[in-house]
Amino acid sequence: MEILFYIAAAVTFLATLRVITHVHAVHALLYLVVALIALSLIFYLLGAQFAAALEIIIYGGAIMVLFIFVVMLLGPLAVEQERTWLSPSAWVGPCILALVLLGEVGYLIASGDHPTMAVAEPRQKAISIALYGPYIIGVELASMLLLPGLIGAYHLGRRLSSEARSC
Amino acid sequence: MLSTPALVLAIILFGLGLIGLLSRRNILYMLLSLEIMLNAAALAFIAGGARWGQVDGEIMFLFILTLAAAEVSVALGIVLQLSHRFRTLDADAFCEMRG
Repeated sequence: MEILFYIAAAVTFLATLRVITHVHAVHALLYLVVALIALSLIFYLLGAQFAAALEIIIYGGAIMVLFIFVVMLLGPLAVEQERTWLSPSAWVGPCILALVLLGEVGYLIASGDHPTMAVAEPRQKAISIALYGPYIIGVELASMLLLPGLIGAYHLGRRLSSEARSC
Repeated sequence: MLSTPALVLAIILFGLGLIGLLSRRNILYMLLSLEIMLNAAALAFIAGGARWGQVDGEIMFLFILTLAAAEVSVALGIVLQLSHRFRTLDADAFCEMRG
C-alpha cells in the first residue's frame, strides 16, 4: 500500500514536472494524461474509487481530448510537425511512466489486496445521499455553472467560424 | 495513514502548477498549469475525506470536476479566438487593454 502510493506519487511528480517544462504541446499533454492516471491510482489507494473512475473518465478522457483537439486546430498541420509529434522518442517517457502504473495495477489485482472493497458499496450510497441531500444547492449551482459554460463555448466557437467566412 | 503524504503531494503539485503558470508565457501551458492546480486541490479534498472517513471530500471533488469542465470549455474557446485574431499564443501579445 505505502510503497504503491509513493511510486504513484513519484510518477505524478515526474510527469507534472515534464508538463510544465516541455516545449511541444502534444508531448506535454501526453505527460499530463499519465499524471492524471497516476493521480487516479492515488485516489484509489486513498479509498475513493468513485473519484478515481471519474478522474480517468472525465479528466483523462473528456478534458484531455478537448485539449488535444484544440492543439490540433491551432497550428498549421504541416507534415514535418506531424513527424516530430509522432517520433518514437516522444513516446518513450510517457510509456515508461505508464508501464510503472500498469505494473502497480497488475500487482493490486494479483495480490487480491483490496482494502476498501468491502466498504465501497455503502460509500457510494452515502455519496449519493449526501449529494442530493445537504449538498443539493451545490448541485443546482453546478448546473447553473455548466449552462453558461455551454453557451459561452458555443458563442466563442461560432463567432470564429463566421469571421473566417467573412474575411 | 496515507493522507499526510497525500497532502504533501498536493502541496508539491500545486507549487508546480503555480510555477508553470508564472513562468510560461504560452497561454495553452498556462491553462495546463491551471488544470494541475485544480487537480492538486482535488487531491487535497480527497485526502481530507479519507482522513476523516467522510464523503464530503469526494463531493467536493465532483464540484471541482464540474468547474474544471466548464472552465476548460470556455477557456479553450478563448484560446481559439486569440490564436485566430493575433496569430500567436504568447500571453504578452494580448495587450490591447493596456493592463
